[in-house]
Amino acid sequence: MRASYKLLGASVLLALLVVALPYSASFFAAFFPGLERPVYMQDPFAWLLLQHCLLAGASSLVAVVVGTALGVAVTHAGGLQFKPVVESLVAIGQAIPPVAVLALAVPVVGFGEVPALIALSLYGLLPVVQGTIGGLQTVPGAQLYAASALGLRPRQALAYVEIPLALPVWLSGVRTSVIINISTAAIASTVGAKTLGSPIIVGLSGFNTAYVLQGAVLVAMLAVVVDLAFEMVAERVALKE
Amino acid sequence: MSLPPRFNPVLVLLGALLVLALVALPFLRVAPNRLVSGQAVGFLSLLAGPIWLLAGLPCALLLAGFIRQRRAVLALVLATSVALVFGLLGLAASQAQLVSQAGASLARVSFGAAFWAAVVLSALIASDTLQRLRATPFQTAATGFGTVLVVCAMLASGWCDDLSIMKEYANRADGFAAVVARHMQIVGLAMAFTLAIGLPLGWAAHGYAKVASMAFPALNVVQTVPSIALFGLLMAPLAFLAAYWPALGAAGISGVGIAPAVIALTLYGLLPVARGTLVGLQHVSGAQMDAARALGLKPWFVLRHVGLPLALPVVLGGVRTAAVAAVGLASVTALIGAGGLGSIMFEGLFSSAQDVVLLGVLPIVALGVLVDGMFRALISLAVRQARPHG
Repeated sequence: MRASYKLLGASVLLALLVVALPYSASFFAAFFPGLERPVYMQDPFAWLLLQHCLLAGASSLVAVVVGTALGVAVTHAGGLQFKPVVESLVAIGQAIPPVAVLALAVPVVGFGEVPALIALSLYGLLPVVQGTIGGLQTVPGAQLYAASALGLRPRQALAYVEIPLALPVWLSGVRTSVIINISTAAIASTVGAKTLGSPIIVGLSGFNTAYVLQGAVLVAMLAVVVDLAFEMVAERVALKE
Repeated sequence: MSLPPRFNPVLVLLGALLVLALVALPFLRVAPNRLVSGQAVGFLSLLAGPIWLLAGLPCALLLAGFIRQRRAVLALVLATSVALVFGLLGLAASQAQLVSQAGASLARVSFGAAFWAAVVLSALIASDTLQRLRATPFQTAATGFGTVLVVCAMLASGWCDDLSIMKEYANRADGFAAVVARHMQIVGLAMAFTLAIGLPLGWAAHGYAKVASMAFPALNVVQTVPSIALFGLLMAPLAFLAAYWPALGAAGISGVGIAPAVIALTLYGLLPVARGTLVGLQHVSGAQMDAARALGLKPWFVLRHVGLPLALPVVLGGVRTAAVAAVGLASVTALIGAGGLGSIMFEGLFSSAQDVVLLGVLPIVALGVLVDGMFRALISLAVRQARPHG
């Protein structure tokens, strides 16, 4: 249960940063005396945090729902023949860096939140599919025979035998997907989406290192908080085993 | 002996998607100059003379899914899918030549969605067919490598020079090699530091539990931090260091540029390499080492001939993860002024020029696949070496 204390601490720290950063002008002015505006004020940090979470959350939701369905479909009768194709598609996709997917989505749908949402959902699929297939493959064949010998239908076997056993590996795939999406959402500010990456990009193009630092600290803390939350869930799942 | 199946649902689905994409999506985009977004040209509108033969290939692939999947059929499917890629590239290139011969020297001919969909679907058909043919990893790699070689030859021959992406390349031809070299320099330097720190760290973590319990949680946190945030967090301290010790600044270390890029990529690479080394060493059971020592072999000889071969495949797996990730991450370092192929990609993104984006992205993807394939080959070699002989 140590993860829950770490999670609490990290969440409080993130909240404190969001609240305190707007009042930290004198602090940053001391370190960066040359800057006219030492604190990013174009948008409130809390709003950027919310936008970041919405973007990463919505795309992760799409990725998890579609990715899990795809992974389950290709590991069961009827879809088994499609497994190699889906696996090669995942392998091809992962050779492309997420930022490239973002850049390629822009010419198709234009600037803004939409290309970011599409790119994040597509890219987030890959680890979820991988985790679902990997998790279901860890289920021993003997357990499936036992389930059918007990008279469980395929759907019941999936619900009561396969899913509980596949859960830890699936969860680690979802965790990878969400963390990648939080990271890519930060870069999505280069294609016009307003996220916690915006202060970083504005700071980089305007030589304002203070902006970069403020955005970077918040994005990093958000990623750490979400990762700790997944660690807590993973601990719970492991305890149930 | 059982007959091969009479129906291939994968080929039917992919073939149907292939036909659908070529019918419904734009194959090319033709614009009067690089600033306006072009007019869509469909594949069907280009049908004339020998192009009907090309149109026959996707239909043949679809129909081949409904006949008995003998090896000869599968081999033909493989050849057809590869030929389709060459044919579509050739068609696009000749159309671009026609447009520029018509006097529109500023005109831009770029690939449409149907072209990319057809290339990806052909690649998937080829990879599925290779698996059905039970091709060895070497044969699969040779097929992929051969295809890429022919495409490169087509690009180098000057046939494709009127395509928009090749015009963008011609505009940058002088500096392009330097940009690629810079990308590889960032990755190479980062990997050198990663190995120099990660391998001893993994070895220490294997010997001392305290090292493992301290290093891995810290590296895990680093792995979680988004790349652009890590660059940002390194910028300020490096800028202060450079301002404090001018010698560092003179050596090229500052808040922007290659220094924060290489440090960040090194930090990201440490976890997979150190973890791979630790797991690899754990693979070497004590009994195997004891047996070697009991034979009176010297410690370094035991490590070199017993420990290392057994641990190597897993260690290389970690290095592969780190190297492939570094190639991708090095594209983001363009944002902090480190250069590399990412700078072309972002230039295209900020000027809304799709072909410039592609000119940056395609080499990054190719480089990633190349590095991945190289390490896959090394790993399979290492596995073969580690197996007992005879």
